[in-house]
Amino acid sequence: MWLTRPLAERSTRTFLGVLFAALVIVTVLHVFTPQDSALHVSAYTVTLLGKYLCYALLAVAVDLVWGYLGILSLGHGAFFALGGYAMGMYLMRQIGDRGTYGDPVLPDFMVFLNWQELPWYWLGFDMAWFAFAMVLLAPGLLALVFGFLAFRSRVTGVYLSIITQALTFALMLAFFRNEMGFGGNNGLTDFRDILGFNLRTDATRLGLFLATGVALAIGFVICRGIVTSKLGRVAVACRDAEARTRFLGYRVERVQLFVFVISAMLAGVAGALYVPQVGIINPSEFSPLFSIEIVVWVALGGRATLYGAVIGAVLVNYAKTVLTGVMPDAWLFALGGLFVLVTVFLPKGIAGLVFKPKKAAAPANNPDSQEATV
Amino acid sequence: MSIRKHVKLGLSALALSISFSAVAAEDPIKVGILHSLSGTMAISESALKDTMLMLIEKQNAAGGILGRQLEPVVVDPASNWPLFAEKARELLAKDKVDVIFGNWTSVSRKSVLPVIEELNGLLFYPVQYEGEESSENVFYTGAAPNQQAIPAVNYLMNDIGVERWVLAGTDYVYPRTTNKILETYLKAQGVAAEDIMINYTPFGHSDWQAIVSDIKAFGSAGKKTAVVSTINGDANVPFYRELGNQGINAADIPVVAFSVGEQELSGIDTGPLVGHLAAWNYFMSVDAEANYDFIDAWVAYTGKEDAVTNDPMEAHYIGFNMYVEAVKKAGTTDVNAVKDAIIGVAVPNLTGGIATMMPNHHITKPVLIGEIQDNGQFSVVWQTPSTVVGDAWSDFLPGSKDLISDWRKPMFCGNFNVVTGTCGGKAAVAAE
Amino acid sequence: MGIIRLLSQLLLVCSLFWPGFAQAQVEDTEAQQLLTALADSSFAEKKAVVNRIASSGDERARGWLESFASNKLARIESSGQFIIVTDNRGRDWTVQSALTGENLGEFSRRDIDTVRVNNALRGELEDILSVIDLKSPDQSSRLTAARALKGSVDSALAERVPGLIDSEQSEPVRAALTEALAIYRVAEQGDLAAVETLSGSLNSQARAALQQAMRSDDPALVAAATKAMDSIEQKLTLNRAAETLYFGLSMGSVLVLAAIGLAITFGVMGVINMAHGELIMLGAYTTWGMQQLLPGQPGLALILSIPAGFLVAALAGVVIERTVIQYLKGRPLETLLATFGVSLILQQLVRTVVSPLNRTVITPEWMSGSVMINEALSLTLNRLYVIGFALVVFAGLMLIMRKTRLGLEVRAVTQNRAMARSMGIRATRVDILTFALGSGVAGLAGVALSQITNVGPNLGQSYIIDSFMVVVFGGVGNLWGTLLAGLTLGTINQLLEPWVGAVLAKIMVLVMIILFIQKRPRGLFPQKGRAAEG
Repeated sequence: MWLTRPLAERSTRTFLGVLFAALVIVTVLHVFTPQDSALHVSAYTVTLLGKYLCYALLAVAVDLVWGYLGILSLGHGAFFALGGYAMGMYLMRQIGDRGTYGDPVLPDFMVFLNWQELPWYWLGFDMAWFAFAMVLLAPGLLALVFGFLAFRSRVTGVYLSIITQALTFALMLAFFRNEMGFGGNNGLTDFRDILGFNLRTDATRLGLFLATGVALAIGFVICRGIVTSKLGRVAVACRDAEARTRFLGYRVERVQLFVFVISAMLAGVAGALYVPQVGIINPSEFSPLFSIEIVVWVALGGRATLYGAVIGAVLVNYAKTVLTGVMPDAWLFALGGLFVLVTVFLPKGIAGLVFKPKKAAAPANNPDSQEATV
Repeated sequence: MSIRKHVKLGLSALALSISFSAVAAEDPIKVGILHSLSGTMAISESALKDTMLMLIEKQNAAGGILGRQLEPVVVDPASNWPLFAEKARELLAKDKVDVIFGNWTSVSRKSVLPVIEELNGLLFYPVQYEGEESSENVFYTGAAPNQQAIPAVNYLMNDIGVERWVLAGTDYVYPRTTNKILETYLKAQGVAAEDIMINYTPFGHSDWQAIVSDIKAFGSAGKKTAVVSTINGDANVPFYRELGNQGINAADIPVVAFSVGEQELSGIDTGPLVGHLAAWNYFMSVDAEANYDFIDAWVAYTGKEDAVTNDPMEAHYIGFNMYVEAVKKAGTTDVNAVKDAIIGVAVPNLTGGIATMMPNHHITKPVLIGEIQDNGQFSVVWQTPSTVVGDAWSDFLPGSKDLISDWRKPMFCGNFNVVTGTCGGKAAVAAE
Repeated sequence: MGIIRLLSQLLLVCSLFWPGFAQAQVEDTEAQQLLTALADSSFAEKKAVVNRIASSGDERARGWLESFASNKLARIESSGQFIIVTDNRGRDWTVQSALTGENLGEFSRRDIDTVRVNNALRGELEDILSVIDLKSPDQSSRLTAARALKGSVDSALAERVPGLIDSEQSEPVRAALTEALAIYRVAEQGDLAAVETLSGSLNSQARAALQQAMRSDDPALVAAATKAMDSIEQKLTLNRAAETLYFGLSMGSVLVLAAIGLAITFGVMGVINMAHGELIMLGAYTTWGMQQLLPGQPGLALILSIPAGFLVAALAGVVIERTVIQYLKGRPLETLLATFGVSLILQQLVRTVVSPLNRTVITPEWMSGSVMINEALSLTLNRLYVIGFALVVFAGLMLIMRKTRLGLEVRAVTQNRAMARSMGIRATRVDILTFALGSGVAGLAGVALSQITNVGPNLGQSYIIDSFMVVVFGGVGNLWGTLLAGLTLGTINQLLEPWVGAVLAKIMVLVMIILFIQKRPRGLFPQKGRAAEG
């Protein structure tokens, strides 16, 4: 089975081992140490770590398409945000009549903008199974349609990157519109329950953190499974020499479409787990700059390694948390400098610096691999 | 001038040395400051952070509160809305601050609101906003729509004789709500639907040609026309430029803005804008001793002779002083005690009047209309005869016209429905 | 500015009409009384006081009213002495005595009470003026005054206008006066003959008058007015179409300007330059800097900024090329990441060094306002200049690329680097020069954009995505494609905007680009041959 194969790999085992060890340690320190102990991990830190893990899953999704398929998507934030909105809509419906205006059906922002009834696309989101299905389906369908059109017409390289950017930019503008019925700039917020658990308790927060950790583990294994399967090897072949692969008789666009859709769904799951932990989803997650930032996490961690993406996402976001607190002015200098230094001096990222990836896994650096990039 | 400056400098140096030498017997009172210092909102918010630091320094020089010094805790939510919630949690859970002063945009307030309520914190919010909110834990020191929009429209209608209205705004919740309220209000005043034009544009909109041309056409129907602008931040410069270039001046079609203050004007060539209007509760040009003192202190603190003050800074000034008085009154910084004590607290504002904290957690404010001058300041042309009480729930929205807010016991409810006689939403949960 | 000019004319005319005006001075006590009345009365009463001051015959009245109109007439709180403020910036204002003109030095704002003025009063002064100006010896000011009369003729004035028309020599002024009178007659008297005069007029007041006539009880009048309105509507539709086209071209030219530098760095060199927007920003800041260096001469500063903006951005481009891009040869997608980092650094640099606040860039007199084609169609001057500037920049770039040795070498290096090098072309030097050229052009765009939008640290971000869309839509590596793409996208956007609003128009344009790329994966003008595959 393609999914069990990665579990036999040493690198995957190491990764999963480290991840689960971290989850256990955090849980133990959070639950079993007293509040004022130096070792205590506060609920605040747990949520923060949960957020990092969401970003890590998102980065893994991006690495799958960029690292192994050679598609630089500058629009993965859109899939992330769509998953987040699907979850957000579920959480909004869970508020029920506890909103400010006490309306049993309509969310608050609809009441004070005089909406009379729930728009059709909000129907069904009061049911958890439907909402969770939409977490996968909404980004998946968008990726399917978009990818079908793009890969069929062989839009590649920079062109593809730019239109993915156009996609997320258009969605951002659309979600900013209040007529859309997604709360406009304010987005969705003031959540209360998830699956009957009160979101404002530490236990629920810990649960969400653990769920995110498990989701990351599963996502990682799925991605490893794909890249070590035959399909994955064809994907790498597409990345390094698309035309040659096509001439060998492989249906390149099908492979691309499949991997792209899986990646979008993973991003959607990351978004869905992110929203209840940070407590808000708004159109700024669609911003093209955010999507570029995700790519940079992957580049920093090391492209085409998967665990590199995790390292990159956690490191950059940790640095962000620390630096915006300590010296807000210097933050952008540090981030910008990091991008420049990593791309110029560390083309294989931190993973390439610390670990020596097997030759076959890393993107080939021969001129042929640049075929489709400009 | 220079002598006074020296004296001020000396005083503040003295204040500094006192604040360092006075070793408080007790723990200091921690004041969280939650304003973006980077990102798009840094332009507006960083001045508010400095205002807070200045006020705290002054209070410490005066001996702090209850003999305890105040300690500012500054964090940077970087104009990122989820980060606001995260930083609010950090302030309350990790730093254990006693009170938070912060936020600018509505979305950032909505983002921190659940956190503040969950951890029972105190937040002072200093910016004019759309209303439709009254939280047990938040004190709204900026204007509600009835303290800015409605008086401004009354002025245009009664004093200028405006009969046709363009409601132009950026597409987000503040303009949407404000325009909804104004539309209902204008119709109630007998304005016909075809005499109201509503237009929304995205953030940072820069191509205003078609819209200004529409406004011009709309304004040439023979009736006096005015534009009520809730256009936000960066979009204003190209908007006013286009107005000027298409030959619309303040005498023909005045524009009254609710989001353009002294700080925004400092980035605009105000020559072509002279005569356009803005409605606020404070202008830097207000002729009041308290205001001049505040400006002097601000200039001394920033060390910039051209530093400007604006309405949200005044709101923080009022909010901070109210907090100080409330803590003194309660004798403790305990959140619940302060919440009870602060209702009814009255402190001087900067326009020569008194601001009182009302039971709905909004304050009383005068409403001022100013015309833009060529030096980037406003000249006050009209003001309400007395202060106006902030109304959390607008009387002109169907969803909220029956709601009132009163955080005194026994009612203790932010959204009490006077028709059904019940307290909806949050308080119902709390009572369970 | 306009008010002051008008006021000076008013007082000139006053001096002709009121005997003894020019040289006389009233007693100081009386002057003090007049000014006190002005200061202490309400806005409604001030109008009368202004008239009293104007007719007082005092030679100082002109100065008083001028300062009054510009909010600079004030009173010292403690002494009640009236002053004229000569500098009202900051906390201490420079003042002089209103009565003697004596310089009084600096006063704190605390001690000064400004005599308030408002829009209505300013408008009042202008109205008085347009009547007086009808007798001005200068034809153009008579014309302006006559045009201003449209819609503001009252019964008293209506009796005097026919006389004015008879004595008027200039044809345009006569026409304007006739129309102004006709508007009055149609609106107030329902005059059937006057309706004929208004037929075909594009003036909005004329339309309002006709609409009023259409609501009258007289069927003949209604029929005539309806007919006149129909002909006006037809003309208006044409003018609206022309206006929309102009808006589209102007928006398109902004897009072209923003994108054309990218067409070089991205299109020709293949560097996905995310710092392009920040290079535009540098050009805009250069304009601001120039205006700071040359205070009082915004026009000259703007012209000098054109070469300066080019140089600053080009230099920044050279630095970026040498420090970052040269190490990323053949890794185009990674240039995206590195230049994104550069863009963050440049933004923060501007925030730290200059200010996080937007900067004021002044529009020179000759770029403000608009050219009136007819009363329904005027073209805004700053946009007109930008359209012209975009075309000039484009033509210049085409010349460089087609006719100069540099252009030849650039094309050679991009088409086949190895071959070009073996032909003796110094490829590295060409790289530097090309990148500098593209960056310099971005700087030029910044100079132009400073006249249209905000000059602040976020300027670049708002144009970068649009720029990429334009280049990709037009076809990477093709300057003509960029020009056509920019103008097309701008025009489509403006055509859609009245129908669906600004946001939806933009979304629809983006979706259109996405779909278009499916149809033609390499843009409007794809590169052909082997170069396209490299």
